[in-house]
This record gives sequence, structure tokens and C-alpha cells, in this order.
Amino acid sequence: MAAMSGGVDSAVAAARAVDEGHEVIGVHLALSRMPGTLRTGSRGCCTIEDSMDARRVAGQLGIPFYVWDFSERFRADVVDNFIDEYRAGRTPNPCLRCNEKIKFEAVLDRAMALGFDKVVTGHYATVVDDKDGSPQLFRAADWAKDQSYVLGVLTEEQLRHCYFPLGDTPSKEQVREEAEARGFGVHAKPDSYDICFIPDGDTQGFLRDKIGAAPGAIVDRDGNTLGSHQGTHEYTVGQRKGLQIGYPAPDGKPRYVLEVRPVSREVVVGPKEALDTIELSGVAMSFAGKDPVASGIVPGRHDEQGKVWECDEFECEVQVRAHGNPEPARVRVSEGRMIARFDSPLAGVAPGQSAVVYIGRRVLGQVTIDQTVSADSKQLQDA
Amino acid sequence: MSIYLDYAATAPMTPELMAVYTDALAIVGNPSSVHQQGQHARVMVEEARAALAGLLGVDPMEVTFTSGGTESINTWIKGRVFSHRGTADGGEVYLVLTRAEHHATLDAVEWLEKQGFATPLWVEVDGDGVMDLDDLERVLGSVPAENIAGVTTLVANNEVGSIQPVASIVEMAREHGGIPVHCDAIQAFGQMPLNLSELGADAMSISAHKLGGPVGIGALVMPRDAAPIETLLHGGSQQPSRSGTLDAAGAHVFAHAAQHAIDSMVTRHEQLSQLRDLLLDGVAAVPGVEVRGSVFNRLPNNVHVTMEGASGEVALYLFDHEGVSVSTGSACQAGVAEESHVLRAMGCDSQTASSALRFTLGESTTQAEIEKVVELFPAIVEKARAASSR
Repeated sequence: MAAMSGGVDSAVAAARAVDEGHEVIGVHLALSRMPGTLRTGSRGCCTIEDSMDARRVAGQLGIPFYVWDFSERFRADVVDNFIDEYRAGRTPNPCLRCNEKIKFEAVLDRAMALGFDKVVTGHYATVVDDKDGSPQLFRAADWAKDQSYVLGVLTEEQLRHCYFPLGDTPSKEQVREEAEARGFGVHAKPDSYDICFIPDGDTQGFLRDKIGAAPGAIVDRDGNTLGSHQGTHEYTVGQRKGLQIGYPAPDGKPRYVLEVRPVSREVVVGPKEALDTIELSGVAMSFAGKDPVASGIVPGRHDEQGKVWECDEFECEVQVRAHGNPEPARVRVSEGRMIARFDSPLAGVAPGQSAVVYIGRRVLGQVTIDQTVSADSKQLQDA
Repeated sequence: MSIYLDYAATAPMTPELMAVYTDALAIVGNPSSVHQQGQHARVMVEEARAALAGLLGVDPMEVTFTSGGTESINTWIKGRVFSHRGTADGGEVYLVLTRAEHHATLDAVEWLEKQGFATPLWVEVDGDGVMDLDDLERVLGSVPAENIAGVTTLVANNEVGSIQPVASIVEMAREHGGIPVHCDAIQAFGQMPLNLSELGADAMSISAHKLGGPVGIGALVMPRDAAPIETLLHGGSQQPSRSGTLDAAGAHVFAHAAQHAIDSMVTRHEQLSQLRDLLLDGVAAVPGVEVRGSVFNRLPNNVHVTMEGASGEVALYLFDHEGVSVSTGSACQAGVAEESHVLRAMGCDSQTASSALRFTLGESTTQAEIEKVVELFPAIVEKARAASSR
């Protein structure tokens, strides 16, 4: 089942699957009950225009095409989750949630139930089976376009049924050239960025709409009030702009948001050193394939549910943002908590974000961050 | 294998009609041109007009060709309101209708309401999707008759197939001060006997492609003494109340298709009813599957069911995969099947309104095809249920 967004990547991915002799049907996911009609530049996604673009490509490929309504699930699992996370003072990653819950769960489950073998998408990543037939997830050849970060949340079972034909293409440029050679009008369509359900790009405005104003205090780590704010959801860890404190810090250096506490409606600010994270951890972890204990990468043990409970520390790289750099780190699991220690401090790691663990080009898995430790050793915990 | 059971969406054009169409296309000339070549084309239009008029019991002048059912409906609804507003001395302007109407009607009315031109007065439908006459009585009596621009009603519901009590509706509207009535006969024309002058309604909308004619031509039929309407499409006045180049070939084929439909109606009605009932019995035998729409008073070619726990869009896909073309019956916005507003109006919940399948039969339908569909149905429902819990 080729998920076709109307963009050039999923178009070429579907085309390659057809060329390889697979039986392919194209599906456009309707994620909104009230889609916009026209795309406005590269903002937003899945407008009627996008749906028509996908339909046209399906027609050119000679494959059946359907538009399926996943708007309810999308609203509940992605949009509501986005709002809830901000409300709770965490920084969500909706694209990750969408992959986890919609594209590779709701859609994948339906595909399996209808007798399909795999879901094909235009993601830049590669799945390779190891010698035992177990899937492993790898970065794409084009580093700049690599999307393995947002796929890091997928499980072994999900990966078994994924196919990413674009992973080994050296560059996005080549994908566009291929699209043009195939006669797809979408070859020149701009990439979509920003959050697809906030087409005007105004995340703050969106949150203000949904959460409303909830004023509170801006405080330093000792609890002194420095100023006020209109809503904790307007602030994210690492933020420097928009603090509106009105006077400089005693040391004259800029202040950064260290923590967001929606329960007490406080935004904690401090110097950059306090922002520098040397350790992060979380309990909600998943592995993109067999976990490292089961696959023998590192000694350890599982709990009764078969989840990794403990494992020895091993060297790897950790990436905390979709377009961030992989940072050298040492990861271990202790009593069901995955802990990553960094050689050099990371700036502004936000609870709620995903820390994806890489060994070389291979994605090992990820953990949802709920605790961080700063360079000056004041432990900050998710409220 | 290809089994076509979506006649309500469109009827295929027979090879005979295609030949008639092709011959007609060879005639050069704009039917409104004065020269003889134009006259030739014009004759085709006028003969078609007369033929359709005859089939409906009206005069030729009382048939206006349009670009199809949607235009006909929009023309009457908007035109009636604008005309009424022009003559009334201020005050509200009302339109009376049910929520089970086709979107061409509902959306036009919604637009008029948004613009502040008219206010809808909603009449309930019963559990079969049939207009509740007691409620119509209540609605018609709820405001001054001179403020009501008109009543619009389907002759037969396009989703669930229930035939509406049009004669009673017309009579009730007449008794309440001569309120005009428009009949949406787009699905019903050719399926059941319809005589506009006998019915006494003020207008009727019909469409060619539902009868196997081409897409792009329909008609709005209005007796001369009917309530007046404003024109929607202004221009060269090729027809008194509707501008636009006349589609000579289209009109010609429309008339042929209509004639054929009426001529063969009795035998086709019998044949289709039998196949319909065979299909109805077959699909209703599956647990959790409920037939929607009036069982005894429905279009001869319509079967409509809801499948508990199964998504209509998934079941449609599964049938399509087997080469059987069916519909969920409801409107689609850019290809996504919406929940059926008709089922909602009939009292179904959101889930049920998304679990529908509509099968509409036609001339090409054979008993073998129906048997095949009945055979496939249980497994499809099961699979759709399994896939729909996600």
C-alpha cells in the first residue's frame, strides 16, 4: 500500500515499487475533516490539491487510488496529543507521533487486515533485514534529507511491514530528477515543512486558541520572580527570545528557558550553563528492530514483559532533534530507565522530545525524554 | 470480472445511444444561429424538448435544458427565492425541506441562509427516510404562507431509495395557500411513472446521465402557471430563462434515453425489482446488516444497507478489489466518503452513518451478478469489520 501524500517523495517511492513488480495500490490519507483546497506554498499538507496531485500520479502509474479518512485518529493521537503535551509543559514532536500512531499503526494495521504485505512511503531511511530476517533501520544515503529520526520510534513488528524505496538515493535532487523523467508534474513541488495541521505556521497562535492564556511567573532557579508570562505553552526549553523580563541578569548574560512548569504556571530561566545538558533519560523506550540485549550487542536482561530492564553501558550517538546532529554518548538501561550521558553538553534538551540512539548509521531505538541533568548538576525533572 | 452496481451514480451509455450521439455530433451549427445549418441543429433541440415534454405531460416551452441536475436544482431553489424576495414586502423568506435531500439542494439552501436570503424550515423524515407529513403540516402552519418561497422534495431518496409522498406534499402545500413545490426527480425519472401535470408540482429537475445519456445535460421542467423564478445564468438568452449554447447532440441523446427508459419501464421495473429483492434478501441475511430505506416503497433498483462494526469505505474497497463497483451512497469531498447525512437524518448515529453500502442495479445487471455479490458479501463484511476496528 503506497501512502501518497501528493508530494514528490511518495510519488517516486510508489513508482519504484511498481517498477519492482509489486502489486501496488495508492492511498491518500485524509487527516483533516476540513482540508484546505489549495496548497499555500510549502506550508501545510494534504489539501484537496495535494489529494488531486496524488491521484494524478496514481493514474500515471496505472494503480488503483483511494482516499481514506483517518481524521478522527489523527485528531486524537496527533493534534490532541500536541496540545496536551504543551499543556503539560513538554515539547511534543507531532511528526513522530503521526508516524508512530497513524502512518505505521492505524494505516499499517488496516493494510495488514486487508491483506497487504507492506506500507510504502517516501521517507528517507532504509530497512535492511539481518541474517535472521529481523529488520534493522538505517539512515538514508542523503544525510541532509535523512528522516530516520522521526522513524526511530517504530518497533520491530512495524518495521517488518515498512518499505522505504528512497533510502539509498544519494540526494533529493536525484529524486526530483527521477520524478521529472517519469513525467510527474509534482517534480517541482516544494517540500512541506512546519506542522501540517498548522498551515499558517503560527504555532503560538494555534496553542493560544486551544489552550488559552494562563498567566504566571517567570522565575530563576532559586524561585525569585523575574517577570510574568501569558501561558507556559508559549515557552520551550532552550528558548531565549520573547522572555520579556525587562532588565538584564546580574551577570549581564542572556537568560534561557530551562524548564516549563505548567502546574505552578512557572517558567524557569537561567544562564546557558544551566541549559547545557550532560545527561538525559526516560522510561518510554522502543527499539527499531531487535533490542540490543536480545540481539547480543550488549549484555543485559529483560523484565517479565520482555522489555529491556538493564543493560551495560555502550558507546553510540544520540540525536535529540529531527535536524540535529548526532552527539557522541554512552547509553545504558537501569531499572527500566534508559540513560544517555554526553561527552560534550547539549544545549536545550526538552522533556517530551525523542532521543534517538544511533550506532553508526543504524537506528537502535529511542526514548522519550522525561529527565535531564544540566552541566551545573542541578537535576531538572519533568513536573 | 467487472460488475457495475452503481447506476445511481451514473448509467452507462449503450452502444446504440453512442451511435445516436456520434451521428448527432456530426451536425455542424450552433442551434441559435439563424442560417440553415444552425436551424438543423435547432430542430434537434426542439424535437428533443418536445419528446421530453410529452413524456412528462407538459408543453415543450415548459422544458428548459440545463447542464445537469445540479444546475436545475440550483436554478429553481435560488431563482425561486430571488423571485419571491422581489415580490414580497420584506420579512423572512422560507424554504421548506428535509435534511435527507441531496447536497445540491442542501448546500444551495445553506448558501442562501448564510447570505441572509432565505431561512430553511426543516421537516423531519421517519426511520425510512420518508418525509413525515404530520411534521410538514406543522411546518407549513408555523409561518405565514406568503413568506414561504417553496417546498423542495426528492421524488425518491438517492441514497436509501425511499419513495416520497409527493402527491400528498403538493396537496398539502396547495391547501396552505398555494405554496410552490419543486421535485428533485433526478434519481426517480425513468424508474417510476412521473407526470408533472398530474402531480401538480411547480417544477421538476431531471438529469440525462442517470438514464444513460451524456453527462452535462439535464432539464428543469416548469409548467407555465408555476411560481416564477429568477434566472441564474444570464447571457445570450438561448432559452427564455437560461442562457448558454444549446447542446443539440446532448439533448437529442437525452430524449432518446428517456424515451427508451419510459418504453421499457414496466418490464424493467419487474426485472429489476426481482433482482433487487434477491440482493436484499441475500445481504440482509448476514448478522448485523440492516436494510435502510422503505422495504415496500423503494426504487426498483436500489439496495442500501448498513453493516454494524464495518466501515463503508473499507467494504467499498474490498468489493472494488473483487471487481464489483458499489458506493457508500454518501457524498464525497475529494474522494473521502463522508458519513451519510441521510442516515443521520433518519436517526442513525455517526458510526452507523459511516457503515453504509449502496448497490444500484440497471439494465446490464444479471441474476448471475447478483448471486456473485451475495456470495462475496459475508466475507467482505467480516474482513471490513476486522479492518475497521482500527
